Amino acid sequence: MRNLDVAYLVLSAVLFGLGAVGLLVRRNPLVMIMCVELMLNAVNLSFVTFGRMLDDITGQVIVFFVLVVAAAEVVVGLGLVVAVARRKPGATADDITLLRG
Amino acid sequence: METFVFLVCAVIVLAGGLGVIVSRNPVHSALSLVATLFGIAVLFLNQDAQLLAAVQVLVYTGAIVVLILFVLMLLGVDSDDDLTTEPLVGQRALAGLAGVVLVGAVLAVYVISGVDAVTGARSVTAPLEEGAGNIAQIGRELFTTYVFPLEMTAALLTIAVVGAVVLSMRPKDLEPIPEQASMTEQGDEPLTEVPEGDGH
Repeated sequence: MRNLDVAYLVLSAVLFGLGAVGLLVRRNPLVMIMCVELMLNAVNLSFVTFGRMLDDITGQVIVFFVLVVAAAEVVVGLGLVVAVARRKPGATADDITLLRG
Repeated sequence: METFVFLVCAVIVLAGGLGVIVSRNPVHSALSLVATLFGIAVLFLNQDAQLLAAVQVLVYTGAIVVLILFVLMLLGVDSDDDLTTEPLVGQRALAGLAGVVLVGAVLAVYVISGVDAVTGARSVTAPLEEGAGNIAQIGRELFTTYVFPLEMTAALLTIAVVGAVVLSMRPKDLEPIPEQASMTEQGDEPLTEVPEGDGH
């Protein structure tokens, strides 16, 4: 166990926290998508770190699947953002309240 | 040397991440995201994951961020968030608290149980191969052990593409709604106003 491995994990945790705070604070849907990307990347980093610590290739293989899911998520998310923006230009996440009770 | 690279990249990654969440202009957020993703790619390289570093740069900065920037430009970049007002009272304080609790919980697991306990025993089934990267090994694993998940990702991507096409189809009877004042322009108006008669 090397100290640097732990440093990778701490960096990954802090980056995940930054993404989570951004997701909660920001109201622009595009910036929220970027914050989700931050969180996904933090998890990718910890996957690779754990994979190296455990001497296991699976950590790196999983990152591939995370990448694919991230790509699919961005495609659908941006489609939703564009569809909403077409109906309500300049809408933020707070303006999308049609489904509220 | 590895420590030095790690320190430089950690600073870049954290600065980029901070830039994403504090930039007023969404374009600046996207560019900060690029810095973060590049930093993480270098950290992958630092950990002998050469293929992932390349894929990270190609897919994330080459495709995803460009896609986000494209939509950003499409929708107009004049929609700066007014970060000085806080429409939901206490939102930022609570979000900060949640973030601190989240990070603290993860770090507490590492500290209390020790990282060895978190990771468990070393692998005996798929050990990392030595040598110049392990690209061939990743390929073998993907097409043998993980071949079914790999096929599922193909289905997932197809569904995502179909979903994007369906979402972006313009209904014939759709008329643009007269522009509602968005929350960013209303400042700290209460959130209770629901726009009526949207014709849905």
